[in-house]
Amino acid sequence: MPIKSYLAHPKKGKRAELVNALSNLQECEVIPAENNDLLIVVTETSNKAQEDKLKETLETIDSLKMLSMVSGFNTSKND
Amino acid sequence: MYTSLTNRRSFIKKMAVLSAMTAAASMFPGIVFASEQENGIPDGDLEWKKGPCRFCGVGCGILVGVENGKAIAVKGDPNSSVNKGLLCVKGYHQIMCTQASDRLTHALVKKNGTYVKTPINEALDIVANKMKSTIEQHGKDAVAMYTSGQSTIPEGYVASKLMKGAIGTNNLDCNARLCMASAVAGFLTTFGADEPMGCYDDIDHADYFITWGNNMAEMHPVLFSRMLEQKNRRGAKIIDFATRTTRSSMASDKSILFEPQTDLAVANAICYEIVNNGWVNTKFVEDHINFSKGLTDIGYGLEDKFKFSDKPTKISFEDYKEFLKDYTPEKVAKYSRVSVKDIKYLAAIYGDPNKKVVSYWCMGMNQHTRGTWMNNLMYNIHLLTGKISMPGNGPFSLTGQPSACGTAREVGTFTHKLPKGVVMNKKHRELAAKIWKVPVENIPSKPTYHTTEMFRAVDRGDIKFIWTQVTNPLVSLPKTSRYRPGMEKDSCFVVVSDVFPTPTSDVADVILPASWHIEKSGLYGNSERRTQHWDKMVEGPGETTPDAWMTIEVAKRMGYGDLFPYSKENHVEEIYNEYKEFHAGAKHEMAPLEVLKEESGVIWPYVDGKSTQWRFNAKYDPACDNGKDFHFYGKPDGKAVIWQRPFEPAPETPDEEYPFWLNTGRVIEHWHTGSMTRRIPVLHKAMPNAYIEFHPDDANALGIRNGERIKITSRRGSCIMPASINERGLPTRGQVFAPFFDENLMINDVTIDAFCPISKEPDFKKCAVKVEKV
Repeated sequence: MPIKSYLAHPKKGKRAELVNALSNLQECEVIPAENNDLLIVVTETSNKAQEDKLKETLETIDSLKMLSMVSGFNTSKND
Repeated sequence: MYTSLTNRRSFIKKMAVLSAMTAAASMFPGIVFASEQENGIPDGDLEWKKGPCRFCGVGCGILVGVENGKAIAVKGDPNSSVNKGLLCVKGYHQIMCTQASDRLTHALVKKNGTYVKTPINEALDIVANKMKSTIEQHGKDAVAMYTSGQSTIPEGYVASKLMKGAIGTNNLDCNARLCMASAVAGFLTTFGADEPMGCYDDIDHADYFITWGNNMAEMHPVLFSRMLEQKNRRGAKIIDFATRTTRSSMASDKSILFEPQTDLAVANAICYEIVNNGWVNTKFVEDHINFSKGLTDIGYGLEDKFKFSDKPTKISFEDYKEFLKDYTPEKVAKYSRVSVKDIKYLAAIYGDPNKKVVSYWCMGMNQHTRGTWMNNLMYNIHLLTGKISMPGNGPFSLTGQPSACGTAREVGTFTHKLPKGVVMNKKHRELAAKIWKVPVENIPSKPTYHTTEMFRAVDRGDIKFIWTQVTNPLVSLPKTSRYRPGMEKDSCFVVVSDVFPTPTSDVADVILPASWHIEKSGLYGNSERRTQHWDKMVEGPGETTPDAWMTIEVAKRMGYGDLFPYSKENHVEEIYNEYKEFHAGAKHEMAPLEVLKEESGVIWPYVDGKSTQWRFNAKYDPACDNGKDFHFYGKPDGKAVIWQRPFEPAPETPDEEYPFWLNTGRVIEHWHTGSMTRRIPVLHKAMPNAYIEFHPDDANALGIRNGERIKITSRRGSCIMPASINERGLPTRGQVFAPFFDENLMINDVTIDAFCPISKEPDFKKCAVKVEKV
């Protein structure tokens, strides 16, 4: 049950687009900074396979310039 | 306690968010996630209680969410004009430290080398008896108290009353000596009145912010975010003038680097340019300024029992102009490493009558062996141009601790201070004696030990009893390589009041368990003269007790009960109302308690129901009564002073044996010595240990790579830290930098205990070291 947090940097002028794209993904929670073009993204998936699939999806988002992972937690199903 | 799966996953998600926010805060100066603060707040029936943040001198307003007697959330107070609902990572996470497993919950008394859990009343008996017997055997100057700019106003007040009024010794000093004493001495010598004339609203008006040796993005992040907002919204410019490239430099419009100690020369060069180019505000100077000079070649305080008194002499404007000729940009550029072009650039900003300029500084200028001079020089620039005491125009000395102003400076917990004025002044002693109801003869007229000298006296065996409150000197003092063994000696009985164990409590004979911030009522005073009150929000664990009440209990046990007639339930209110009498009058009137309870802080002087935002300006300040537009009423003739202060070198400079400058400081994740923030998991994880920063060229020349263990050695001691290259900050070539928050990697074993002879504030920013791989 991986939970990970990332810092996401949008391409120039694409902040709103990126917030929108990420918010539409069920596994993602998006927290935009008030005064900076930076987003915090928290992902919650059921297993490693779903996590890998989500990562692939994230990489195809056109408005995303860079995604860097900050923390990762992997809890068991019963945890 | 049962925790549901949903709650546990939700907690883990919250930790993931906090980690990301902390990482973002360390990379992007002033970044704010205000809406997340609202979203992250747990559901439920929370009661929100207002107060100031526990940490820095900005004095952000916080709201603490309390449920079933427990503090479970913190958010920025939207009603506070300081932070307008914003908080930094430290502020947001602050209450998490109270859950630390090693919290001091009961008194501990050392018996046969082992700490024994002891009822608080018994421990206070031991403290009082020991203090009393020490005075009987060795005299009243054998006992000392060392308090804090993090002590509340009532805590500082009762400490001063006990030591100076009841016992009759001036052996009281505080850790604000390590951070703000040069600012105080600068204010008093230039204006005759302490604390900034402006306020944070200056940020909304200034065209330029010039920061002098001040990494605001990490040390005053909420103010920096306000500056960035003005930069983005209306094009205000930020100029960073420093010895090291920091997060602040990176977010500024321009970064100018200077050779350590040469800020003195550059400030004089700016004044030279202002005079030489005809940018002096002649009318302002004629009406409101005197010129003076003091002694030069004044020493560095490296010897025990060092004494110095300045001898001011009046000079003319012409004399001053002649003095400035040694500081042409061309001459200063040769040793400051600041280009002629950049010196002229800075001078032109200050000299332009159509540009509003605020100068900000903090430790870089204060922790300086010529700290008082440097503060004077800063004022010279603003006084020559008349850019002072107006919205968006002024010099602004930022403070480090949450109540360095409110407690250390206003209550006066320095050896020379009284709640109003100084011990050397007969009228001030008389006022204190009247309010305290003690014979005036009780209050000695001579200051005794400033901080460095106090711990030297402990080491020498002259002080035989010391009680520290709300501070951790064995991590924060310079040259701890001397003062730690000094405090370990049997010749001194050591009492430490604190919330958590620290290296200082490790050497204590008695450890008293203190209440944390929101577990007691209190008042703090921030950088902009804002007094902030809070009511107790939650119960502390075990026998934890407010520091003020422990002082009162000891005073009663020593036979001074009549002087401390306060009640346990209402002592904060009773003490504040007594203290307020000291500051009656338009120059320093404090707001009534009922107003402070209602408002998110109130700026003094509070006159006729209104805060005075810009002092000394007749348009805003009702205390101005000279009939002119400005009145510097701290001085008898109502005029401020432009001081002739030269450049003098640091006491120790790099040489063949010790080829690097060592600079020390703080990081955004940790509050000072880390005793609280290192117990907040997300902050500790983000910055788990100290490090030594190198310029990449120096690292390359020495074959040093990131993370390698490096031994840093000075003439006083050494410590080993991992190398950091191109990470948080970038020192100039020939300089290394280390943060001091880490009690396991003690950089202060290496630093020098030289200090400004006027303010007695040590210089933590400059000494010579060598570095080697281990």
